Amino acid sequence: MFKILKKVSLNPTVTRMDIYAPAVAKKAQPGQFIILRVDSEGERIPLTIADYDREKGSVTIIYQIVGATTALLDRKAEGEYISDFVGPLGKPTETEGLKKVAVVGGGVGCAIAYPIAKKLHEQGAEVHTIAGFRTKDLVILEDEFRAVSDKLVMMTDDGSYGEKGLVTNALKALLDSGEQYDEVIAIGPLIMMKFVSALTKEYGVKTVVSMNPIMIDGTGMCGGCRLTVGGEVKFACVDGPDFDGHLVDFDEAMDRVSMYKSFEKHEYEKTCNLFKKAE
Amino acid sequence: MPNMSLKKNEMPAQPPEVRIKNFLEVALGYTKEQAIDEAKRCLNCKHRPCVAGCPVRINIPDFIKEVAEGNFEKAYEIIALSSSLPAVCGRVCPQETQCEQKCVRGIKGEPVAIGRLERFVADWHNERFTGKITRPEPNGHRVAVIGSGPAGLTCAGDLAKKGYDVTIFEALHTPGGVLVYGIPEFRLPKEIVKKEIDALKELGVKIKTNVVIGKTLSIDELFEEGYEAVFIGSGAGLPRFMGIKGENLKGVYSANEFLTRVNLMKAYKENNATPILRAGRVAVVGGGNVAMDAARCAKRLGADEVYIVYRRGEKELPARAEEIEHAKEEGIIFKLLTNPVEILPDENKFVKGIKCVEMTLGEPDESGRRRPIVKPDSEFILDVECVIMAIGTSPNPLIKSTTQNLATEKWGGIVTDEKGRTSREGVFAGGDAVTGAATVILAMGAGKTAAESIDEYIQSKENARRA
Repeated sequence: MFKILKKVSLNPTVTRMDIYAPAVAKKAQPGQFIILRVDSEGERIPLTIADYDREKGSVTIIYQIVGATTALLDRKAEGEYISDFVGPLGKPTETEGLKKVAVVGGGVGCAIAYPIAKKLHEQGAEVHTIAGFRTKDLVILEDEFRAVSDKLVMMTDDGSYGEKGLVTNALKALLDSGEQYDEVIAIGPLIMMKFVSALTKEYGVKTVVSMNPIMIDGTGMCGGCRLTVGGEVKFACVDGPDFDGHLVDFDEAMDRVSMYKSFEKHEYEKTCNLFKKAE
Repeated sequence: MPNMSLKKNEMPAQPPEVRIKNFLEVALGYTKEQAIDEAKRCLNCKHRPCVAGCPVRINIPDFIKEVAEGNFEKAYEIIALSSSLPAVCGRVCPQETQCEQKCVRGIKGEPVAIGRLERFVADWHNERFTGKITRPEPNGHRVAVIGSGPAGLTCAGDLAKKGYDVTIFEALHTPGGVLVYGIPEFRLPKEIVKKEIDALKELGVKIKTNVVIGKTLSIDELFEEGYEAVFIGSGAGLPRFMGIKGENLKGVYSANEFLTRVNLMKAYKENNATPILRAGRVAVVGGGNVAMDAARCAKRLGADEVYIVYRRGEKELPARAEEIEHAKEEGIIFKLLTNPVEILPDENKFVKGIKCVEMTLGEPDESGRRRPIVKPDSEFILDVECVIMAIGTSPNPLIKSTTQNLATEKWGGIVTDEKGRTSREGVFAGGDAVTGAATVILAMGAGKTAAESIDEYIQSKENARRA
């Protein structure tokens, strides 16, 4: 059993939790993920590591309530326990030798982009962060990003906060203004990563994206997380989750995550109804 | 007087039309009377060929003699001396190619039903035994076992019986490895696996779930933590795909994923949180036991038509005869000498069919089996909504990539000598991680051999220290 040390609501649908898992905290690196189960009957879901504290033995996860399992997780309070928490899985994000990087985060993907921006900043790289959200109420981690970024551009789709538009608009503006990046690291919805990658391909800037497909074991055993990268089949759990954005087949990846859409919607509604009845 | 019947006692089973609607065990086991009658078929021959056919060397004639006399608990004690998982082996061992193949009674008629007797004895014991397992005197040495499948459980059990302080590290949330994620409930009830694992815990074996060796901890760190030897029984690894068009469509599973969803995550239960596609028509590609398991699970999930698509002929099917027979009884359709060339999408990128070609068999290849050759102009389409690839696995890179000086074969399997020793001192390995996908009992045999080697290794170090 794994104890929830701290729980903070970041916006109406996004929550941050610190979980006591010293063995995972000891090894965790930005870009890696964990798999958890809320209770003994639960589903296994992967979540990328948002932060860790090796001394306290805690690992931070940030999740958006999108389905039955995250809804169930969100019912847990500080001091309570979840049944399983395993990791760190996948390969860490490679930051070695990077001197100037554009970090692009979209929505809850910013939770994963932040520790990478932080690591780059700590190693002395110049970090330009573009953080995009649908609307003002959904903005998370702004202060944290500001502390580790040499330049921070906040974007909202509706213009209710920061600049109006998509992250690609901001990135294009920076590239057009002559900024030269060793690499662009883009983390967010698949559609965002697809368009960021398409843009940077035009400009010839290497781009790394973090993939978060459907998974069960997270150790390579099931193959459910497979995707096509440069014409080859890769397993996100052992070969990734980071891949060259110019080589990923995003259309296929977007399609594959929709496999259980109707099931998930049904489960989510069922879970919510259960909660409503209980209240 | 021995029972000279040429035929084995039939084992009662759920009728096919009933069992395809549930996940309960198919075979129901012998009654006491049937077991005694079957045991009397054993001639108790002096040269004991059956024992030589058993990878863990159970004293078969001895335990069968006890069964014949009605001393079932005594029979259990004899089996338990050699096997850590008798209730499992009695169910999933390919006895027809091992102990029973060597049985003298098989020369004229059917061999003694050794597997069914083993199962009977183990179940008899598990249902009635209420005593406490006595823990052996601790010898003060710690051993780490990676993986809680049949190889790891056997190795851990044998070492614990010798007084070692054994800890098993398991990546998943439940111990048992392939016994829980792979082999379906109807062939091996999970309650039975749990009982066998509980017995090991009683012996003093510790099991840490949610630990991925190669990620959470490395082998070097295990030594730093004070373990004197490490056994790697991490299993078969990554599922293989054919490399044909359409394999990433929705509705294409590896057998590992499909079986894990059904068995470990219990997706077959109504109201379960883990989703699974319940297709009306399913094609399983491959002809081994895993393919049979996947096909029979698909049937139980409600499929009307389930096909086994296999590129060679009936004689070449690698699955056990009993599994093939059970699958056929359940209405699984065998498309033999058939090979998929493409999986076809519908407008929403779900599977709508599988394009196949017919094959003929040519000369034997390096595996000794006749090489399949494509028949010209034989293309046809099988309408299915789900395709399950059960064509084997390749080794997991996690341990190899984080352990220095651990020699591996070109194809990725860990190199060991006949005693289960790897190229690293104090590191032993066995099971599918060494051999590639094989059987439960071969993995158990390897776990057993490694346990003997680990004992030898630690004792010789101990003796050197004392000298």
